[in-house]
Amino acid sequence: MLTGLRRIVRAGFVGFWRNAYVSLASVFVMTVALFVIGMTMFVDELLTTSLNTIQSKVDINVYFVPDASIDEIDRIRSSVAALPDVEAVTYTSREDALEEYRARNQDNEIALQALEELNENPLGATIAIQAKETSQYERVAQYLDEQKAQEEVGAPVIDVINFNRNKDSIDTLTAIINAVERSSFVVLIVLLIAATLITFNTIRLAIYTSREEIAIMRLVGASNMFIRGPFMLQGVMYGFLAGLLTLALFYPILIWIGPETAAFFEINLLDYYLENFREIFGIIVGIGVVLGLFSSTLAIARYLRT
Amino acid sequence: MIYFDNVSKHYSDGRASGLEEITFQVDPKEFVSIVGHSGAGKTTLLKMIIAEDKPSSGSVFYESLDIHRIPRSKLPSFRRKIGTVFQDFKLLPHKTAYENVAFAMEANGRTDAEIAENVPQALALVDLEDKAFNFPHELSGGEKQRVAIARAIVNQPDIIIADEPTGNLDPIATYEVVQILRKINDLGTTVIMTTHNKGVIDEIERRVITMDEGRIIRDDASGKYVL
Repeated sequence: MLTGLRRIVRAGFVGFWRNAYVSLASVFVMTVALFVIGMTMFVDELLTTSLNTIQSKVDINVYFVPDASIDEIDRIRSSVAALPDVEAVTYTSREDALEEYRARNQDNEIALQALEELNENPLGATIAIQAKETSQYERVAQYLDEQKAQEEVGAPVIDVINFNRNKDSIDTLTAIINAVERSSFVVLIVLLIAATLITFNTIRLAIYTSREEIAIMRLVGASNMFIRGPFMLQGVMYGFLAGLLTLALFYPILIWIGPETAAFFEINLLDYYLENFREIFGIIVGIGVVLGLFSSTLAIARYLRT
Repeated sequence: MIYFDNVSKHYSDGRASGLEEITFQVDPKEFVSIVGHSGAGKTTLLKMIIAEDKPSSGSVFYESLDIHRIPRSKLPSFRRKIGTVFQDFKLLPHKTAYENVAFAMEANGRTDAEIAENVPQALALVDLEDKAFNFPHELSGGEKQRVAIARAIVNQPDIIIADEPTGNLDPIATYEVVQILRKINDLGTTVIMTTHNKGVIDEIERRVITMDEGRIIRDDASGKYVL
């Protein structure tokens, strides 16, 4: 049993080297296939990350009137923070708001002058609320609207709640990104099928060159597994090497486009690649090995029919 | 040992010659020559014995075993009982003479020690010890056929099937190959050989079955080539 296994393994390696050109062609074809699959994965990661980034930028801003009492603000702030849907509440005091305004308008003489004209701070305090999920903003906004409605006439505390203004654009963006993700999934499936077919045909060609050898093996009474084994091993080797080659190809490409993606999508693909290398290695090399094994098993089957 | 019971074979597309109601028996240690013109059905007959082809009707037995009822998974182990030799040698081109012979033993699951012992013996029997590490393309036709015979006998089969083993050989190589087959037969292995070489038949002086158009027309215990 063990002797048989050793012989199969040795025959696999020998077959790989003796048909070096055919092996090389198969490895390259599989590399192209795996490369395309890997690219689709990266694009998908870009989209997912940018969706998350956009979602994390969504918040509800509550602007208080400038003369709202600290107690009132504190009350609303802690009651909002206590809501189960709320992830974080960031408080910006009147003074901080003024500082921010000044900093933002550093080069804007007119704006600063206008501020000087006023003797007092015209800005109110604000709180920014982040929900755990995008869909939960609706409820938080509703709660704030209720708070506003309960205020005494003539002594308002909340000036503006700005969620409703952003709502439409957030919804649209989410819909667009979901649509893109869905279509990239379809593209990935189509590419996987194409890659399987191309790989299958290439390996079938490689095995076709060995058909006479297979006939002779059968003649001397080699069992099907003894004949099939070396070819299956070769398929696995093609896939494994193609996987490694693909990963090696990605590295310089990501060094090149990594900074671009960092600027535009706020994720550096090179960092992503290095941080998740183990996982990416598993997926790419895994797909390669399975593809090679599957294709060679299927391709050899027709030569083993009695 | 081998028993054909009323075997017929018809090919619908005419790609090979068929058989008509063949019945005969081969006993252990016999040396049987099957002669006939091209298309007489000689090769088809041999293919029946190694389960390469199925009869349209009738049965072929190996001892008490119906060859065409052997399940597919058991075919390899059945084929190991039969050594085969062909006109075109069918050697693996990327393996040396030694490796070609050793391969048959590897496929048989024999140990490395057995291989190291038996392969040189088989090569010695066909007088090729000095060519053991040559590749097939470095050997003459006769030498290639001797390698093929060494491969056929190395697993000590009960029976050797030789389909036109001398068809591609010059007279001297033919003589050598026939001598080796006789030697193997003398050592106790059954040999079934097809040929249309008159000289070969007349020299062997053993049983001769003559076929024509898929039928057996003569079966002589110590035959001459008569057609």
